[in-house]
Amino acid sequence: MTAVSDRQKLAYVNSQAADGRVNLEFETEEGMTLNLGPQHPATHGTLRIVVKLDGEQVLSCEPVMGYMHRGYEKLTEVRTYPQVTTLINRIDWLGSFANEVPFILAAEKLMEIEAPPRAQWIRTILFELSRIANISLFVGDMALHIGAMTAAFYAFRDREFVLNQIESATGGRFHPNFNRIGGLKDDLPKGWVADTKASLERIRDFCDEMEILVEGNEIFQARTRGIGVIPSEIALQFGLSGANLRASGVDWDLRRDQPVGLVWDKVDWKVITHPDGDSFARFWVRLQEIRESCNIVEQLLDGLPAGPYMAKVPRVIKVPEGEAWVATENPLGEMGYYLVSQGGLGPFRVKIRTASFNNVSVVPWVCRGVYVPDVVTILASLYFILGDIDR
Amino acid sequence: MDAVATDAEREQIVADLRDRLGDALVGFHIRPGDDLWVRVTRDVWQEAGMIARDHLGFRAFEFVSAIDWLPSPFGKGEDSSLDPIPQVAGDIVTGYAGGDTRFQVFARAHSLSQHMGITLKVDLPDDDLSVATWIPVFAGANWHEREAREMFGITFVGHPHPVNIYLPGQFEGHPLRKDFPLLSRHVKPWPGIVDIEPLPGGSSEPSSEEGEA
Repeated sequence: MTAVSDRQKLAYVNSQAADGRVNLEFETEEGMTLNLGPQHPATHGTLRIVVKLDGEQVLSCEPVMGYMHRGYEKLTEVRTYPQVTTLINRIDWLGSFANEVPFILAAEKLMEIEAPPRAQWIRTILFELSRIANISLFVGDMALHIGAMTAAFYAFRDREFVLNQIESATGGRFHPNFNRIGGLKDDLPKGWVADTKASLERIRDFCDEMEILVEGNEIFQARTRGIGVIPSEIALQFGLSGANLRASGVDWDLRRDQPVGLVWDKVDWKVITHPDGDSFARFWVRLQEIRESCNIVEQLLDGLPAGPYMAKVPRVIKVPEGEAWVATENPLGEMGYYLVSQGGLGPFRVKIRTASFNNVSVVPWVCRGVYVPDVVTILASLYFILGDIDR
Repeated sequence: MDAVATDAEREQIVADLRDRLGDALVGFHIRPGDDLWVRVTRDVWQEAGMIARDHLGFRAFEFVSAIDWLPSPFGKGEDSSLDPIPQVAGDIVTGYAGGDTRFQVFARAHSLSQHMGITLKVDLPDDDLSVATWIPVFAGANWHEREAREMFGITFVGHPHPVNIYLPGQFEGHPLRKDFPLLSRHVKPWPGIVDIEPLPGGSSEPSSEEGEA
């Protein structure tokens, strides 16, 4: 009976896990050790930051994670391709739709299937809507970390309009699970285009409000300008991506620079960069990107082509042998899947490259020498989701 | 706007690498219009990264990870734990750019100016799972190598802080190796197995346990 011994083995592993957590070392030959987290309002989930201090100044800063590690890379090896999208929805839970897309595109690349134009357009629209929902929460959240409570409520209020649109199209507010290999689960409901345009107006108003309320605020600027500067060379070295990279002055956006089968090249929009590389630049770039996303969605809604939303695919999905890498510009940054298939019903290996993992790996570098309150604003401005670090 | 790299440019990259590395470049693969894979020997792993970064323009770091090419001895792990474990024997089949060993480390970087990426691979012999660290090439490799170390048991020579990143300190085993069982599947079989819809036209009866899950 293998079952019994395995159960014992699992119990043993679990007990070991509990032990290992408590026994983390705290050597303090120099200075004082301060723990932020695991559950701290400033850490976006269960991330723990061990900070060594000399007075108010940070000597070293080491993020400790793994509290939410769910082993998705192992789990994908025992799932079939259609089942995997359910899992990877949960990586970055604020922009779930965007998580599914690169995986589906990688599988489609190996199968040499292309989604019909209407599916590509709807994918791009929902991708950008999930970006708006994700980043608008960041804007409120960043202000919350500085100590401004109101903006967070505005963000939650206005994000609701976008989430409602995602829900009415996909049936899920947070976990749409709407992509299929070869297209989408369903077509858009009636009247969706007009409703979405109305909700975009609310988001544009929200951006204006935030510019007055947060961005122009003197305290906010004092807390973020010149704090946590990441030069472009360091950003590339650590593999930063998304708004964090563009806020360091690197003009790189996968939506424009690596077309992967979505339709950003069909509309007119611009890549936002900022030369400063500080916390304020990261906030500013993201706020402007919400506006750009609104423009993208609006143009796509106007030009939405008619036609089928699903290509012809076999009933049982088998992906031919091969390896594929597809990365897209997700709300948090570059998210990519390195998919290895050996011709079966499920992947042989999936390497999930998430944006937050690389974005947070720069924290020990950037937090050295700053003051304690700045650690919080730097973490907030780098913007990570714990599920996206721990996978 | 020149947003898409051509295969000719990819071949040029391979030629440049071969000029500098010689026989240490063991294999390469170009998927037409898509991507580039290059396999090097273990001795030049770090050097190949340096060359790619400094001379070929791959300045932006993506990831370092590893892969275990052993066919899983547990199948898909969706069967009841009371059934005998299917011993899926079979030969190791490696992917693009070939491979001679069970474990491979692979890393990826991309070039902002040429709009293309490169995947570098290196074989690790079973009796010595170690390779030089990539931290001097890209500082961001630090955490990725810690992850590959705990998940596959690979030693990155020269890594300054080789401790677990996700797993607890005394965890035994390397979870992403194919011979590490997914224990939760063995304790409780995959509940979804009972309500699999039969294929249309197929003769298989729905399971009698349907609805219980």
